[in-house]
Amino acid sequence: MRAAARLVARADGRGGTTLVELRGETPLLLRQVPTRRGGVTVYVVGGAAGPLAGDDLRLHIEVGAGAAVRVHTVAASVALPGRPDATSRMLVRAVVAAGAALHWLPEQLVAAAGCAHVAESRISVADGGALSWRDELVCGRYGEEPGDAVVDTVVDHGGRPLLRQSLAVGPDAPGWAGPAVLGGAPATGSLLVLDPSRPAEPPLVTAGGTVARLPLAGGPATLWTATAPDAHTLRRHLTPPEAPLATA
Amino acid sequence: MRPETDHDESVPHTHPDPGVDPHTPLAPAGRALRVGIGGPVGSGKTALVAALCRAFAGELRLGVVTNDIYTTEDADFLKRAGVLDPARIRAVETGCCPHTAIRDDIGANLDAVDELAEAVGPLELMLVESGGDNLTATFSRGLVDRQIFVVDVAGGDKVPRKGGPGVTAADLLVINKTDLAPMVGADLSVMDRDARARRGDLPTMFLSIREDPTAGRVAAWIRHELSHHRAVAAVPVGPA
Amino acid sequence: MAAPSLLLLLADGRFPAGAHAHSGGLEAAVAARRVTDLATLAAFLRGRLATAGLVGATFAAAAHRAAPAADRRARLARLDTELDARTAAPALRAVSRRQGRALLRAGRTIWPHIPFADLPGAGGGPHQPLVLGLLGAAAGLDRTETALAAAYGTVTAAASAGVRLLGLDPYHVHALLVDLAGACDATARDAADAADGPPEDLPAVAAPLADIHAEVHATWEVRLFAS
Ligand SMILES: Nc1nc2c(ncn2[C@@H]2O[C@H](COP(=O)(O)OP(=O)(O)O)[C@@H](O)[C@H]2O)c(=O)[nH]1
Ligand SMILES: [Mg+2]
Repeated sequence: MRAAARLVARADGRGGTTLVELRGETPLLLRQVPTRRGGVTVYVVGGAAGPLAGDDLRLHIEVGAGAAVRVHTVAASVALPGRPDATSRMLVRAVVAAGAALHWLPEQLVAAAGCAHVAESRISVADGGALSWRDELVCGRYGEEPGDAVVDTVVDHGGRPLLRQSLAVGPDAPGWAGPAVLGGAPATGSLLVLDPSRPAEPPLVTAGGTVARLPLAGGPATLWTATAPDAHTLRRHLTPPEAPLATA
Repeated sequence: MRPETDHDESVPHTHPDPGVDPHTPLAPAGRALRVGIGGPVGSGKTALVAALCRAFAGELRLGVVTNDIYTTEDADFLKRAGVLDPARIRAVETGCCPHTAIRDDIGANLDAVDELAEAVGPLELMLVESGGDNLTATFSRGLVDRQIFVVDVAGGDKVPRKGGPGVTAADLLVINKTDLAPMVGADLSVMDRDARARRGDLPTMFLSIREDPTAGRVAAWIRHELSHHRAVAAVPVGPA
Repeated sequence: MAAPSLLLLLADGRFPAGAHAHSGGLEAAVAARRVTDLATLAAFLRGRLATAGLVGATFAAAAHRAAPAADRRARLARLDTELDARTAAPALRAVSRRQGRALLRAGRTIWPHIPFADLPGAGGGPHQPLVLGLLGAAAGLDRTETALAAAYGTVTAAASAGVRLLGLDPYHVHALLVDLAGACDATARDAADAADGPPEDLPAVAAPLADIHAEVHATWEVRLFAS
């Protein structure tokens, strides 16, 4: 299955945000929901099970100067095996202008047994733009060994590299469950917060040596990285300071 | 009983002919004289560093690099002892290989030396304390200009006889804790005789830091080496 | 093989570039009781090779590739920021630069003609793989050999730290390294191939625990290893 979706937000000139483009196709359907604060909130509504190996899903997000967008997903996506020797792919491209803010706070990606999945994010934030970006990965459904999954995140800030990280789990990733990478933790993820109005916070390790707060080299950005025994614990570690779990 | 040399107030002098320089070449002009302080665990290396800090307070711009097997133990002691501004002390991690860090792979120590000079300005004297080791550890000439090897009488009066590169080749051998000699039944004259046999003309000093908290004779020896270092540094290099 | 002896020289743990003082994250993993014996050390080495090993080897290979280029300085500067972006933990960035400084100190004395001045120097020194890349090129190693020296160094440092920290039998630990030899060679080949790509596409394999361990380690008052 192939699907593409687009979300383009602009400032509405009255201090708010307007969506000038919002379209998708199964299983990448986009729905705007009402928000109390400024900015718009959009949910990605999965229209089918999956992704299944062979699927190719693309989402393009553009946030113009002065606009603010939060994106959630309604449920975890479960990467499943599909056609033999095929890989499923989800690519999110995001462009965030100066004075704009994008908060990408989806539900987890679950790498089911036998899956072959690549989740790619390519984000470009102009100087003066703000970003929260969360990636969460659960290795296998309950009691299951995961298939191959790669979560690959590339963020540029002001045209310079800010973050490049690619986490690989599964049979093709040597040592992934071992003490150098995840130490047997079934859930892992990171939350990047880039906020031009706040300097990066100093490094700190919490939660019994399972969560680290890491100031990045390339800008006023902090990465929280975590391993956890379950998705719920992971979410507690990777919830941005002022972001409630869901926006109603 | 104490051997006679311990009462001899003159600093042992190893180059009686002033026209001949028996020393290995010294540091490039202008940089600090680096003195390594090695020896077995507990012999009093850190105590000697502290004593020298007291001795040179207000006299020399001094820095200290420590190589304790546990990174910060010696450095912390010196900071607590209040004998030196903590900014003038750096600790080097040695990966359980204290002798490697001062002899075979000296980069981390050289880094620490450079960082100190950058942080507090040009120094005149840099003391580098090795992590406590056995009798085989010595400093590389790439790291220090002079080395002092510290043993103590409590280690037994056979230590000088056992030799090892520290005892035989250090520029100065210090036999510390003479105050304990009666308690441990160490015969200082035996140690003195053995040290002479091992070391030829190289100087040996008996010391009790407990009784002499500024290690006066060791400080005097360093002053002497330092003046020599400065004199050499002042001589223009190249053909006369 | 262009310069086998020089490859051995650069890969030798006795080469005076400070390797003995670094455990590659093992000291913290041991303290966290995640590595306790041969089996867990083996898993640690495998994971480290596939993550930091591949990234370091690729950047060494990329610096090797940049060495003869006319715009070497600009390329190395770009690699420097790219490697920073792949090293989220400030403690690991500092360690990489510290090891780079140590290698640079050795290299400057041993190979004074190498254009080290083109290395980006700000922020505590050049990243170690970039220095290694220039050294490898100057020593006449090819790109894969240079990558091999890097990959090999990431596992041997941790392995010998395992001997020292856990008192493991050195023969058994070396048997682990023998088991890893094929993976190490393959990592070097992958790294050399990847180095052809644009800098933003170079591998960025992450290891959450490596970041966490490094930051924990950096806070200790008492530690045996510098990393
Ligand atoms: N009795 C006595 N104790 C000393 C003397 N010098 C040092 N010590 C003690 O010996 C112990 C070890 O000294 P330290 O300097 O830490 O040894 P290091 O391991 O060589 O650095 C400390 O408890 C010192 O106080 C001395 O001259 N006499
Ligand atoms: Mg000491």
